[in-house]
Amino acid sequence: MNAATTQEQRQSISEDDVTIIIGLEVHVQLDTKSKLFCGCSTEFGAPPNTQTCVVCTGAPGSLPVINQQALRLSIKTGLALNCEIARFTKWDRKNYFYPDLPKGYQISQFDKPICGLGYLDLFDQRDKSKTRRVVLERAHLEEDAGKSIHDESKQGGNSRIDLNRTGTPLLEIVTQPDMRSAAEARAFLNELKLILTYLEVSDCNMQQGNLRCDGNINLHIRVDGQQIATPIVEIKNMNSFRAAERALDYEAVRQLELWKQNGLTISDAPKQTRGWDAATQTTTLQREKEASADYRYFPDPDLIAVTLSEEEIDSIRSEIDRLPAQWREELIGQHGLKPYDADVMVGQGRGVIDYFLNVAEGCGNSKMAANWIGQEVLRFLNESEATIESYPITSTQMTELLTRVVGGELDQTRAKEVLEQMIEFQLEVQSAMDKLGIKPVDNQEIEALCQQLINENPQVIEQIKGGNAKAVGALIGKARKLNPNASPGLVKNTILKMVGG
Amino acid sequence: MDFSNLTATQCVNQFASGEVTATALVQSCLHQIQQNDPSLNSFIRTSDSALPIAQALDIKRAAGKPLGPLAGLPIAIKDGICTAGLKTTAGSRMLEEFVPVDDATTVKRLVEADAIVIGKTNMDEFAMGSSTEHSHFGISKNPWNHQYVPGGSSGGSASCVAAGLTPASIGSDTGGSIRQPASFCGVTGLKPTYGRVSRFGLIAFASSLDQIGPMARSAEDCALITSVISGHDPKDSTSAKNDIPDFLATLNQPLKGLRIGICKQHFEEGLDSEINDSVKAAIQVLKNLGAVITEISMPHTPYAVAAYYVIAPCEASSNLARFDGVRYTHRTEGVKDLAEMYCQTRAEGFGNEVKKRIMLGTYALSSGYYDAYYLKASKVRRMIKQDYDTAFESVDLILGPTTPTPAFQIGEHSQNPLAMYLADIYTVSANLSGVPAISIPCGISNRGLPIGLQLQARSFDEATLLQTAHQFQMETDWHTRRPNQ
Repeated sequence: MNAATTQEQRQSISEDDVTIIIGLEVHVQLDTKSKLFCGCSTEFGAPPNTQTCVVCTGAPGSLPVINQQALRLSIKTGLALNCEIARFTKWDRKNYFYPDLPKGYQISQFDKPICGLGYLDLFDQRDKSKTRRVVLERAHLEEDAGKSIHDESKQGGNSRIDLNRTGTPLLEIVTQPDMRSAAEARAFLNELKLILTYLEVSDCNMQQGNLRCDGNINLHIRVDGQQIATPIVEIKNMNSFRAAERALDYEAVRQLELWKQNGLTISDAPKQTRGWDAATQTTTLQREKEASADYRYFPDPDLIAVTLSEEEIDSIRSEIDRLPAQWREELIGQHGLKPYDADVMVGQGRGVIDYFLNVAEGCGNSKMAANWIGQEVLRFLNESEATIESYPITSTQMTELLTRVVGGELDQTRAKEVLEQMIEFQLEVQSAMDKLGIKPVDNQEIEALCQQLINENPQVIEQIKGGNAKAVGALIGKARKLNPNASPGLVKNTILKMVGG
Repeated sequence: MDFSNLTATQCVNQFASGEVTATALVQSCLHQIQQNDPSLNSFIRTSDSALPIAQALDIKRAAGKPLGPLAGLPIAIKDGICTAGLKTTAGSRMLEEFVPVDDATTVKRLVEADAIVIGKTNMDEFAMGSSTEHSHFGISKNPWNHQYVPGGSSGGSASCVAAGLTPASIGSDTGGSIRQPASFCGVTGLKPTYGRVSRFGLIAFASSLDQIGPMARSAEDCALITSVISGHDPKDSTSAKNDIPDFLATLNQPLKGLRIGICKQHFEEGLDSEINDSVKAAIQVLKNLGAVITEISMPHTPYAVAAYYVIAPCEASSNLARFDGVRYTHRTEGVKDLAEMYCQTRAEGFGNEVKKRIMLGTYALSSGYYDAYYLKASKVRRMIKQDYDTAFESVDLILGPTTPTPAFQIGEHSQNPLAMYLADIYTVSANLSGVPAISIPCGISNRGLPIGLQLQARSFDEATLLQTAHQFQMETDWHTRRPNQ
């Protein structure tokens, strides 16, 4: 492994000889009301240094006290990610100096993380044999640091520090290098975020820094039967999942090109840290780890180790509701959704699923409910960047609307008009129908309408009589103009019957 | 009026009965401090609010309102323990201007019990030292002989009680920092069980070893104060939820049948012969009181100092990282970058002993050395704990000298720090294992310096310590001896 290669060998490499190796480290801010070691609020956006106390500012004499809720949320996450939950876990100090780290150390977990080995499966619904398992190395709980605000004007202004974020609970989830493409890394991040939001352990808001990820990437290259590994690069500052995918893609190409030029392998060059620059869509060197930083980890003597009983873990396990993968199965298996539709719906979060289930059960037609939610509701949510919770039509209203469609009282086209009215004027189903002048049409009226159409359109009738039943479609639009309440299906069937086609 | 010989118990009783006013007690203390402290240097500062608080207390008593269990007691607080609104320096230039927002839980409990904080006492910087020679605010003197150290790190707290400046004080003990100065100054000092007293507000030296405790003129006084400051504190995860027994109620129970172990490792090479004789005499007193004396062995005792001087600096190197010039502390201005600010601030703000220990601890925790130092020391610590567990299967108390020698001269160990570290040889084990220990006066050396006796008990059995110490003090008068002033 990692033998020297010639320029010639390196130039002859094809894409098939290259395997991309990616591991991720994801920091998730747990959704607790108060910080990890004190009672200060974790609310985002308060004026600088207004959510601080002697503990988070590291005042002499202050002591940390563990937030039990953070511990519970970590265990819940670990269970959902199939991790071994430590029966004994402890706190360690990670020592380093930085102005936004008031104590001069971060309370973290070193050798006894709360969550040990686990995994996350990335399902391919169309082909289950393509399911990829990403093994999770560990997940540990730690406190966040504060925020340094540096003077960017280059006028030599002072840096300023905001300690509001100091001490907020973070769960750091570390994967093994199991991902083989940037797209797969993005799929992992998507699925992880989905699980975390279904668990309600984090809102995963990346803009607020509630989910942050770093990637480790290198290439394994086959050269004349040998495998060569390129130097590992850690990429930081990937501020969105899209940025993560682009950064990893970029980096894979960069590493291959660089290796083709210089042939340096993992044993020749130190690990680098590079930052993703969204403006230039490139990674730039941040630092080279000649000697890895020595954090002088040791057990934090201010906190007592945690021993967890089976009962405690079971009680947390019992709080876990169905996870995204289980929902997909259920929507496909029990409600007849297509895998793609199920995936889209699950991707929208629990609120949309609950909405769907209410409507499907209420109107008695899962497929219709799925179509309406997949098209009308999600389109509205996407266009208005709203969430299902703020969608103007309740599931009860939607149920009522679709019940009328199922019962034949409304056709789909008219129902969509009704829905538009309901949204625009905040109306109930009946009021919207009244507003549109929709009322039931009896059989006599339909027959009279059809007779009129037959009389007025002899050419079409000829075609029908000639065996082209589809020609009746031309009359449906005309029927609608004459009486918008006439059901197109009924009109079609009646005409065909009367013509005797 | 001179109240300088009153015990804490007498102060509280006489105030409650109306024999003295709190104002008079505080005025007497302040007067004593004014007269004697310029040469002793046991205080870093006195509290301006002591007198107004005393006056308010007098009004409260006159009005017949209920009084706290320490009402009228002037008490001095080691300057490593936070007092809200009153500068708390830990003896360091680094914290020269630090004014805490909150009272330490101990101080809060004292204040709620109507004790009166009279001032802040001198100490070795960040409690690192055994002589109170390492304070930014000057050397404290031993009131028995100003050429000698009062011990440390709670040297100011020992010195002021011995000299009659205050009836009682609060110290902290990481490796002997209450007991060793108590022994050097001829006062009674208790290090409670680790976790008995909240550490919230104690500026940390070594968090797994630090414990706050009282220093006073009798075991009875220590019992009185300990019952006030003990108990679980939700702000300190390491504080224990154990019940607090009535320490005063058991003081007068006879010692008949009490099993006392004499640890043979405490009487080996290095022990001063006068101390040996005084301790042996004390054993006889306890025997006469009905105690059963047996010799025991604690084989890991010789490794205690070495383990301590790894663990304590390791924790200290991390605990003191927060003193970086960004907040709370001294900061060197006019530097070119962040690294220089850190380096200059810490170079100027810390004294040499502190720097030495930070370097020791940083080294011992470093990658490649951790296993050989911190981890090994932690293993030794467990073995020492095991020694205690074994010993307490057959005895109720362990008795021995508090220190190998009486107080040493100022500057005596300046060239040989290891010799000073050995002053902790009998005291560090109680911190490593967490057990409670008390030092009580049991003799005076030929040079006129006090000698201390140490008793150690099972975790959370301060009651037996205090009872035994009290019974001993009923039979002897060593604790009533005062330096010639």
